[in-house]
Amino acid sequence: MTAIDVRGAAKVFNPGRSNQVEALSEIDLSVESGEFITLIGPSGCGKSTLLRLIASLISPSAGSVYVNAKPAEQARLDRDYGMAFQAAGLFDWRTVAKNIELPLELMGWSRGDRRRRSAEMLDLVKLGEFAKHHPSELSGGMQQRVAIARALAFSPSLLLMDEPFGALDEMTREHMQDELLRIWEETGTTVVFVTHSIPEAVYLSTRVVVMSPRPGRIAATIGVDLGNRSAATRDDTAFFKKVTEVRVALRSVEG
Amino acid sequence: MNALKGFSAPIAAGVVIFGLWQGALSLLDPDGFVLPAPSEIVGALVDNWDEVYQGTRITGFVVVSGLVAGIVLGAAAALLVTRFRTANETITPLAVALNAVPIIALAPIFNNWFGLTSPRSNQAIVVALVFFPIFINTARGLARVDPSQVELMESYAAGRWRITREVRIPHALPFFFTALKLATSLAVIAAIVAEYFGGRQDALGPMITQSAGLTRYDEAWAAVLAGAGIGAVLYGVVLVLERVAMPWHSLLRSRRGEP
Ligand SMILES: Nc1ncnc2c1ncn2[C@@H]1O[C@H](COP(=O)(O)OP(=O)(O)OP(=O)(O)O)[C@@H](O)[C@H]1O
Ligand SMILES: [Mg+2]
Repeated sequence: MTAIDVRGAAKVFNPGRSNQVEALSEIDLSVESGEFITLIGPSGCGKSTLLRLIASLISPSAGSVYVNAKPAEQARLDRDYGMAFQAAGLFDWRTVAKNIELPLELMGWSRGDRRRRSAEMLDLVKLGEFAKHHPSELSGGMQQRVAIARALAFSPSLLLMDEPFGALDEMTREHMQDELLRIWEETGTTVVFVTHSIPEAVYLSTRVVVMSPRPGRIAATIGVDLGNRSAATRDDTAFFKKVTEVRVALRSVEG
Repeated sequence: MNALKGFSAPIAAGVVIFGLWQGALSLLDPDGFVLPAPSEIVGALVDNWDEVYQGTRITGFVVVSGLVAGIVLGAAAALLVTRFRTANETITPLAVALNAVPIIALAPIFNNWFGLTSPRSNQAIVVALVFFPIFINTARGLARVDPSQVELMESYAAGRWRITREVRIPHALPFFFTALKLATSLAVIAAIVAEYFGGRQDALGPMITQSAGLTRYDEAWAAVLAGAGIGAVLYGVVLVLERVAMPWHSLLRSRRGEP
């Protein structure tokens, strides 16, 4: 099944005004259910904008966006996806556990189910003992992990993640990458993932989408077939070859 | 317990100030009517306890009822203008313009509307004075939320009211309480000054003007002290409510290194 179908999509911010920005142009992207897609490209090339189009948080200026064979807006109303934003975006007034339970509350889960789920998710991101803390008592990386746990909490069929590991140290980052891959394999979720890190893109994805700036376009799509990932993958020559391939593609778009 | 800690420093400062006041007066010994010593004021308070108590009840009721009505109206208007664009475009400029009116100066006019001896005019003055800071600050807090938090709620297909409840109201609470602290002292001032011009004659305001007119300054000061008492008690109540309503807020402040 096709999870995401973007056809001829464009996005112009503030059209007709002096601060007009052509953020995206002629975007065609089709993502099969169960794929792990990474968007990579220079800062300002429209990665977050594309993600927000898919999430139906903004609407395209031209073209169409379908998610799970429905208009993106309907998919949003059906809560088909979970999202982790570039900034953690936690609510200071809720404890860490209650932040993770927020989407579950909105979906009408019972209190007991919510408790159990948030405890599971906190263990997953290794923050079990911080359940009752408030976000302001956590480091930036810890907050980001809570945001990831929140996005995963209701096991959505589609995960949209905007540089979710940007604030993490290298070890935690690799651990979270492996956890994300494990969840992805276990649940068959479709993932669209934005990153600035080429090795991260190659390690995680089935397909790397390279974007070029002003206006944002898809410059290249690079399939990655490295089989099951493990610690050894990161030292594999096939892995390094892919990293080089993506780097070359990125260099050409940055001109 | 934490709430008590907040009170000990101002109480200590008050004791020091009253001590200096009493000491300076006994050293300099000016004519009695300039400024009575704290001991004389306390004496007048004890001697006139029944009148002062009655006045405090009357004025206290005007303050509290006006404060509550002003808070409810101000917060409701803030929610309204945040929810409806047209409400925002009509009410907000009007409120800003009305806010420039020296409301307290309207006290004699309000008396005409509600009757010279009715406390209603005084309540109305308090409501009007409390309304504006509550309305303007709360509306600001409701509007200036982190857009990504609103987007997050939209990604969960949350409705507007749910977004207001989960994001806007918690975000507006610190703004609301800042305004509320300002409003409590405004309310006491407004009530007493309004009472100078009318309302019940056994309230604190008339007690101050009448005692001063009869050169019984110690009694006038005793009534002022009672008014200050109303303000202090209300301020304390607001501090406690603030801590109960926003337990996370002291964490945030300590993280930013604020007291
Ligand atoms: N709400 C908005 N209003 C106006 N312009 C916007 C808006 N959001 C994004 N833009 C513009 O669109 C372009 C693409 O922004 P976007 O955030 O999608 O980039 P990005 O690829 O995610 O960059 P980064 O890697 O730095 O996060 C930028 O030029 C940005 O200024
Ligand atoms: Mg971005």
